[in-house]
Amino acid sequence: MMSRGEPSIRLESVNHWFGAGETRIQAIFDASLSIERGSLTILRGPSGSGKTTLLTLMGSLRKVQEGSIRLLGQELRGASQRSQEALRRRLGFIFQAHNLHESLTARQNTLMGLQVHGPGGDAARQNAAVIHILEVLGLGARIDYLPEKLSGGQKQRVAIARALVSNPEIVFADEPTAALDKDAGLHVVRMLKALGRTRGTSTVIVTHDTRIIELADRIITVEDGRLLPG
Amino acid sequence: MTLLLHLLLRRTPIGWLQLMHNRMRLVAAVAGIAFANLLVFVQLGVVASMNSVIYLTYTPFRTDIMISAPSPQLFGGALLSRRIIYMALADPGVADATALHLGSMEWKRPGGMSKVLIVYGMAPEAGAFAGDTITDQQLAMLALPNRVLLDSEFKDVGKDGSDMAIKQLSPETPLEFEINGHAVSAVGSFKLGSGFGYDGALFMSDQTFQRLIPERTSGTLSHVLVQLKPGADPALAVRRLNERLKSEHVQVRTAAQMIADDVNYMNTEAPMGIIFGIGVFIGIFVGLVIVYQVLATDVAAHMKEYATFKAMGYPHRFLLGIVFEEALIIAFLGFMPGVLLGSGVYQVMAMATDLPLGMTPGRALTVLAGTFVACALSGSLATLRLRRAEPAELF
Ligand SMILES: Nc1ncnc2c1ncn2[C@@H]1O[C@H](COP(=O)(O)OP(=O)(O)O)[C@@H](O)[C@H]1O
Ligand SMILES: [Mg+2]
Repeated sequence: MMSRGEPSIRLESVNHWFGAGETRIQAIFDASLSIERGSLTILRGPSGSGKTTLLTLMGSLRKVQEGSIRLLGQELRGASQRSQEALRRRLGFIFQAHNLHESLTARQNTLMGLQVHGPGGDAARQNAAVIHILEVLGLGARIDYLPEKLSGGQKQRVAIARALVSNPEIVFADEPTAALDKDAGLHVVRMLKALGRTRGTSTVIVTHDTRIIELADRIITVEDGRLLPG
Repeated sequence: MTLLLHLLLRRTPIGWLQLMHNRMRLVAAVAGIAFANLLVFVQLGVVASMNSVIYLTYTPFRTDIMISAPSPQLFGGALLSRRIIYMALADPGVADATALHLGSMEWKRPGGMSKVLIVYGMAPEAGAFAGDTITDQQLAMLALPNRVLLDSEFKDVGKDGSDMAIKQLSPETPLEFEINGHAVSAVGSFKLGSGFGYDGALFMSDQTFQRLIPERTSGTLSHVLVQLKPGADPALAVRRLNERLKSEHVQVRTAAQMIADDVNYMNTEAPMGIIFGIGVFIGIFVGLVIVYQVLATDVAAHMKEYATFKAMGYPHRFLLGIVFEEALIIAFLGFMPGVLLGSGVYQVMAMATDLPLGMTPGRALTVLAGTFVACALSGSLATLRLRRAEPAELF
C-alpha cells in the first residue's frame, strides 16, 4: 500500500513505442515525473506529442514497456491483470467521448461506477450517492433519462458523475471540456480541485483551456514525446 | 422482469435492458429461437412417433426370443425354413416355439383407393404367443378358414358404405370384403394403428395367411418365436441357439434386442430416420447462427461501452456475464412461443396423419435445456469479439 508521503504517480525513465519492426515508432522518451497527492496537474502540448499515451500509461490502461510507473504505491510494469483491475477501480476516467451505455438511464450509468466494487453494497446508500452527484452536476431533473434523451453536455456530465461517484483517488481526464461548454467544464475542474483539498484526490487533465490552466498546481508540457522542464 | 433479474444477478441487468432497448434485435433473436425450436420439436415428435409405431408392430405377439433372418427390421427380412422351429425346440431351455408369418396386402377400397395393410399370421393353437391385444376367444374364431381380425384403429371402414364400427365386429356381425382376390370375413378387431407406409393391420391364422398369399408355402416363415422355460436365462439361451443354428444364416435375439435394433435402424439408417435426424441438426444450426448473429452484432455495437467498463475496473468475466445474460434471456423468450407452436403443430399433424404425436414434458424440457446450451454456445462465440474491447483506445 501507499505510504503517506508517497506521490500518487511516479514515472521513472519511461519509454513507449507503437508498432513493431520497421514501422515501430517511439511515442514517449525517457519520461520521469511525480504527481503529488491532492494536486491538479495539467498536461499540454501539440497534437500528437504523446499526452494521451502518457495518460493511458499512468492510468494502467496500457502495458508499461520500459521504465517504471508506480501508481498509488504499486508498480505497473509487469502487474497482473487482476491487480490492474483492482487499481482501476480506485481511479476515475473522463473520456473525450462519453461512452454511456445507451440502454441505461443516467442513474444506472452512474451506478455502474459504484457496482464495480462488487455486489452486496448498500443499495439505498449507493442510490443516494448517485442522486447526490447527479444533482451536484446539475442533472437532478434528468436522473432517470436515457442518454438519447440528454444533450451532449448532459451526457458528458453523466460520464463525469460515473467517474466521480466512487470517490476515486486519482481522476484522469483527456480534453474533457471538448464536449462540455466552457462554464460547465470550469465547474467540474473547480469541483476536482476542491476534492483535492478535502479528500486528497489527484487530478491529471489534458487540456488547452486557459481558464483551467489557471487553476493548475502544476503544468507539464509534452513535445515530441518528451516532458519539458518547467 | 428488470427487478427480478436485478435480484438474481445482484447487479443492474444490463443484458436485459440492452435487449429491451433494441427491440428489433430482440424480436429477431426470439423469432429465430422459436423457429429453431419448432423445427426441432417437429423432428423429435416425428422420430418419437416413428419409434412408438415400431413398438406397436410388436404388440400382436408375445415372445422371449426371436429367430430371424439377419435384418434389423421386423418386416423385411428373408424367409426362414420351418426346420428351424424343430432345431430350436431341441434346446433344453426352450419351452415352445412357433412360426410368425408377416406380410402386407392391398385392400382395394370403393372409389379406386387402395389401402395397405400389414398382416400377421400365427397358428391359433399357439395361443401363448398371441399378444395382449388378442383374446383367446378371437384366436378360436380364427381357426375357421378366411376369418380375420381387423385393426380397430383402421379409419376407412365407415366410408365403405357398410357404416360399421370396427369395434362391434363379431362372428354374428362380420365385415365381408375381398383382399388379394380372396373373400375374407372380419369377425373381430385388435388394436394396432397405422404407421409409416401402411394404413392398418390384419391378424389371421397361419392357414388363412398361406391361402391369401399362395407364394408363402407352409415350409417358410418370417420369424420363429421362442418361449423359454421358467427360470431359463435368456442371454444364455440366445447364445446356445446361435451356436446351434450357426449354419442356418439366422440371427437369434431377445425380443427386447430385436425391438432395439429395429428402433435404432429406423433412427440412424432408414432414409426417413436420417432425414428427420438431419432436420434436428438443421434446427439446432439455424438457432445457433441466429443467436450468434444477434449477439455478435450486439457486442460490436457496444464495444466502446464495454471498453469503458474495462477502464472502470470491471473484469473480463463481467462482460462475458452480460453476453451470457442476453443469450439465456433469448433462449427462454424464444422457447416459450417455440413450445406453444410445437404443441399446435403436433395436434395438426396428429389429426392429419393418425400418428401418435403430442408434446411430452420430457421432450419440452430436453429442448429447453438444448436451447440454453445452444444459446450459451453462441454467446461464448460472440464473446470472442469482446477481446477487442481495449480501454487504452478510448481516449
Ligand atoms: N494506437 C496507436 N498506434 C500507433 N501509433 C499511435 C497510437 N496511439 C498514438 N500513436 C502515436 O503516438 C504519438 C502520440 O500520440 P498521442 O499520445 O495520441 O498524442 P496526443 O494525445 O498528444 O495528441 C503520435 O505520433 C501518434 O500517432
Ligand atoms: Mg490525445
